[in-house]
Amino acid sequence: MQPETLAWIILALPLLSAVGITLFTRRSAGLSAAVSVTAVAAAFVASVVLVLSYRGLHIPSGECLITAVNWLNVGGLSVELGLRLDPLSNVMLLAVTGVGLMIHIYSCGYMAGDPSYARFFASLSLFMFSMLGIVLSSNFVMMFVFWELVGVSSYLLIGFWFERPAAADAAKKAFLTNRVGDFGFLLGIIAVWASLGTVDFLDLQRTLAGDPQALGDFASLAGVLVFMGAMGKSAQFPLHVWLPDAMEGPTPVSALIHAATMVAAGVFMLARSFFLFELAPAWPEPLGFLSGISALDVIAWTGGITALLAALMAIQQSDIKRILAYSTLSQLGYMVMAVGCAKPEAGMYHLVTHAFFKALLFLGAGSVIHALHHEQDIWRMGGLRSRLPVTYWTFVVGTLALCGVPPLSGFYSKDGILAAAESRPILFGLAVVVAALTTFYMFRLIFVALRGEPRAEAVTHAHESPSVMLWPLRLLAVASVFAGFWGIDAALRSGLGMGGDVAHGDHGSFLAGVFEPFGHAPLAAFLGLFATGIGFAVAWTLYGSHPARDPLPERLGAPARWMRDKFYFDELYSGLIRWTHDAMAGVVDWVDRWIVAGLLVRGLAGTTDVVGRALRLVLTGNLQTYAFLAAAGLVVALWIVVL
Amino acid sequence: MKVGLEHYLLISAGLFSLGLLGVILRRNLLVMYMGLELMLNAANLALVAFSRYNKNLDGQLMVFFIITVAAAEVSVGLALIVALYRRRQSAHVEDLTSLKF
Repeated sequence: MQPETLAWIILALPLLSAVGITLFTRRSAGLSAAVSVTAVAAAFVASVVLVLSYRGLHIPSGECLITAVNWLNVGGLSVELGLRLDPLSNVMLLAVTGVGLMIHIYSCGYMAGDPSYARFFASLSLFMFSMLGIVLSSNFVMMFVFWELVGVSSYLLIGFWFERPAAADAAKKAFLTNRVGDFGFLLGIIAVWASLGTVDFLDLQRTLAGDPQALGDFASLAGVLVFMGAMGKSAQFPLHVWLPDAMEGPTPVSALIHAATMVAAGVFMLARSFFLFELAPAWPEPLGFLSGISALDVIAWTGGITALLAALMAIQQSDIKRILAYSTLSQLGYMVMAVGCAKPEAGMYHLVTHAFFKALLFLGAGSVIHALHHEQDIWRMGGLRSRLPVTYWTFVVGTLALCGVPPLSGFYSKDGILAAAESRPILFGLAVVVAALTTFYMFRLIFVALRGEPRAEAVTHAHESPSVMLWPLRLLAVASVFAGFWGIDAALRSGLGMGGDVAHGDHGSFLAGVFEPFGHAPLAAFLGLFATGIGFAVAWTLYGSHPARDPLPERLGAPARWMRDKFYFDELYSGLIRWTHDAMAGVVDWVDRWIVAGLLVRGLAGTTDVVGRALRLVLTGNLQTYAFLAAAGLVVALWIVVL
Repeated sequence: MKVGLEHYLLISAGLFSLGLLGVILRRNLLVMYMGLELMLNAANLALVAFSRYNKNLDGQLMVFFIITVAAAEVSVGLALIVALYRRRQSAHVEDLTSLKF
């Protein structure tokens, strides 16, 4: 079968599943799960077939397959519903459907017994449809449509247990923060379309390759505005506030949406539209003071700051899911930083490996939470190594991958990012520090939550999760370990049109491939390992002895409190919003009180009243006055007529 | 001197003004009424003068009508004044200010 047809099938399957479940199988939990899992499994198989047949076509690097349906033709805007297939989208397809399949299977066990089981799978299928839409989009407008759809799915899934006020609020917060980013995104799309007349990625890339000055003054501004979309979706500073709150959703949702795929959509979009960001800096007149800064600078620094900020916040959290959420934020910062350092393939590589091990970590956390009957505080866990062996070991594997321990996949992707950052020394130092912090807080988590002695009653009754939840953990662990050797980075390099380095991907021998980073970028590799070692050592010192309480607040004092309180960003934003709201309400109130009610309504009434009172004076009641006035009027009239 | 049309008209105007002044300045209702009648008769005089001057009987015809109407009006008006006097016990026009705001 042609790859194009397969692409349409892959996109349609989850949509049919979502619609089918919503319309037909709401009553039956088992059937809904079966429909949803089958759809994703079929999509995964189809993706594999698609990638293999694409490979068979030997399409040169820099080109792609597009299949399109004409959709919108209004004014100067022509948008088609197009699916674009190239190595970049192929890699994402496999990652999204593969991890999605694991999570769907896991959810059958985790969500068992939930009264809205069917709705969960319908929402998951809707999400898969939207995410695949983003991956396969061939133009900005279509991507924006699916972008919003993904946001809606996220809203539905975060607020899945909507009777809980915290969950409902978190869902609203996520959607609204996303909207702020999307506003910038839309402005960027409009700027690009207004200058270049098209929104199709391939056309834009070719136009800009031929004429880099085509965007004129708007080059950097358009880039920054489009980046705002990624800021919202991938939770970069300062729009990062929604991701930790999104942990109110069920754990499989956190794994799928807020670790592996949706938040990665921002990075994917940056890679897809990278040609937009590598233009030389050019700002319009009023923003002339920004003249030296390019869009890539903004992206790199935003990513770096996010990575550092999130890592700092993570080291003092005590909710297992929040630690992982901040870890995700930090890793997303890494990916965005890599794009900003002009190496989108490094960011995408980390995205894929991160999808594997972060999903693994979240699912493992879900397994722990499930076993302890929805306990999420790490200071009430402990001693789970012997009671939940599979969960424990897969969690450790995931942690090692996240910390970048060779030869696990995380090492290679993190090394790629550190190597990319070498061009910007300050960010490089920052990245190394974040690597140390990452190891620190992850091993803090392991020592406190998984090792040592039980800290609470519930732990002693804990037993391992059912098989349907354990197999995804095992499979994702395998992926986390071996993904470094599957040639993902070579595929990404060819997909991003930087295929010149193909020789780089041809390893003479397997062993040469394992040690390749040490030869290619030794500083990054060694410093990265060093940072990992330091982080582990500090974590061992502080938490290895299984303290009953967190020793860090005493050692650090006030900074520890700032980290635990997330540096007060939420309070700042809510204060800002309240202040703006009050100011606007005050202005509108003044206008309503003084201008509408005062001037227009009472003014009109008052004027009528005054004039009436004046005219009243004519009615004296005196007959002779009336006679006199009549005669006088007559004289005047005669005067006018005769003279 | 030759008596022409203008002399009659002058007298008519003078009578009319006197009648008007009577209506405006006198305070007794009956005297006001007399002024009103004077105005009507001034008009009559003017009409007869015009009729004589134009050698046309149309003016005199109108005078007939006016006299009739004036008579009817006087009877009605005097009846009203008597009724008013019986109510208010006053024929003083300054006491009649019910229509004042």
